[in-house]
Amino acid sequence: MAIAVEAVEKRYVARGRETVALSPIDLRIEAGEFVAFVGPSGCGKSTLLNMVAGILPATAGRILHDGRVVDRINTHVGYMTQQDSVLPWRTVFENVELPLRFRGLGSAERQQKVGEMLSRVGLSGFEAAYPIELSGGMRKRVALAQLLVYEPGTLLMDEPFGALDAQLKLLMQKQLLDIWAAGQQTVVFVTHDLAEAVTLAQRVVVFSGRPGRIKAIDEIDIPYPRDPFRVRFLPAFEAAYARLWDQLAPEIAKGEAV
Amino acid sequence: MAQNIDEAAAIGSGGAVRSAAVAEWDAAQAGRRRMVLLGRILVGVLFLGFWEYASGRLIDPLFVSSPSAVGMRLWRWTVTGSLWTHLSVTLYATAFGFVIGAAIGFALGLLFGRNQTVADIFDPYITALYSIPKIALAPLFIIWFGIGIESKIAVSASIVFFVVFLNTYAGVRDVNPIYIHATRIMGGGGGEVLRHVIIPSASSWVITGLKVSVPYALVGTVIGEFMSANRGIGFIISQATGLFDTTSVFAGLFVLGLVGALINVALRHTEAWLLRWKG
Ligand SMILES: Nc1ncnc2c1ncn2[C@@H]1O[C@H](COP(=O)(O)OP(=O)(O)OP(=O)(O)O)[C@@H](O)[C@H]1O
Ligand SMILES: [Mg+2]
Repeated sequence: MAIAVEAVEKRYVARGRETVALSPIDLRIEAGEFVAFVGPSGCGKSTLLNMVAGILPATAGRILHDGRVVDRINTHVGYMTQQDSVLPWRTVFENVELPLRFRGLGSAERQQKVGEMLSRVGLSGFEAAYPIELSGGMRKRVALAQLLVYEPGTLLMDEPFGALDAQLKLLMQKQLLDIWAAGQQTVVFVTHDLAEAVTLAQRVVVFSGRPGRIKAIDEIDIPYPRDPFRVRFLPAFEAAYARLWDQLAPEIAKGEAV
Repeated sequence: MAQNIDEAAAIGSGGAVRSAAVAEWDAAQAGRRRMVLLGRILVGVLFLGFWEYASGRLIDPLFVSSPSAVGMRLWRWTVTGSLWTHLSVTLYATAFGFVIGAAIGFALGLLFGRNQTVADIFDPYITALYSIPKIALAPLFIIWFGIGIESKIAVSASIVFFVVFLNTYAGVRDVNPIYIHATRIMGGGGGEVLRHVIIPSASSWVITGLKVSVPYALVGTVIGEFMSANRGIGFIISQATGLFDTTSVFAGLFVLGLVGALINVALRHTEAWLLRWKG
């Protein structure tokens, strides 16, 4: 088992006010599994990923990753955060090579891996650009290249393709599926886009509105390799989408009523 | 890979093409620069011309000297070598005071910025020390270090220290924790976080501190030289003041102003290069 979330609860205390972000949840994710999280805004999806990455402590319960209790920064995951984490003072190349430097790879090897990854995300030719010179979607792709280049066994991805246009999104989904098929990483993928969740994941976890609970978990019965450009026309896709939408819609409505 | 996309190829090599618009923009910039330069020369010439005219006609030259007399004095100092003798002493003390103050300020700023508890404990003391005009410390430094160059170094270092310390501290507090977390998750250790995240992120604050404090370092040295010294531009000015030799006073002031301006130009270029990522 890659990730075990055991009775994990998160309450934020800020300026004398307490916000319950996650009510106790349990979740198990197997090694090599591709899981998507969907749920209304503010239900604690990013909070949960932050706890798996060891950035935030849980208020109660515990998280195990590869059998270890997560109680500090978890360097065994790769995390693509919802906010921009690309370093503005490093060029695209220097950003993507950073994790390879930390692992002590030589210059030639770094050059070759970074070059290959940048071409996969469509950023060849932008090696020397600073992040400020890129669009939001391009910066997201830099972060994606940086995440994938050092091949972490578990990928935490928080709305990685949210800033991309529809076509580019499909291309990136295809790249991700290819990489996953080759590497069999464990992937936890947060998205607002139900179609994206159904396209990519083996299991989709639906969260309720705040305070977040797990409302439903759905297996997506579509065999791999999936083609993001065509999978949406399959009857199984439509069925899964409809099932998930029935779970999600009331939660979103609840959120808007508040 | 069939699905591969190549945005760079689609819009030219990484977007760095020199087009007509770029040339036009460059030309407009050059034109503006020429105009500014011309304006500067004009202001200087008008000012000096009026001064020369007023001296002896409107105001007693004993008080204001005149540009020609100041120029002659500077020339004489230059050929006799006394200009360099005194200037080198002042520059040496300024540079030394700057480097010592900046190094200690930077190191403590990093330490305090990374350690909230230490910062909270020392906060009232630092504020109190900061509130003391550093000029008031000059006599004390002269008692401690003598009338030689050491006391001047101490005065300028004490001024530079606070400016650089406070800026570094603010810069370190200002680092976005997202960058720190992301770097640590990727496998960066404490030293690597410091080197790749904290210092570059704080650099614009630190550089501002350094830039602001260079003139202060000069001021600190000159004040030390005013009070008690036997060499240095500050010494020349204070000695000439005692003798009512306004020509030498203005010549000394001119040298200080020129040195300050030259240092500033050098700093601006360094800053632009270091902060090129800010676009
Ligand atoms: N640092 C914080 N201090 C206080 N409350 C916080 C903090 N971070 C998040 N919260 C609260 O916790 C709840 C969950 O936030 P979280 O960012 O995990 O939501 P999310 O599911 O990722 O939402 P979205 O889909 O909009 O990204 C929110 O209601 C938010 O107000
Ligand atoms: Mg979120």
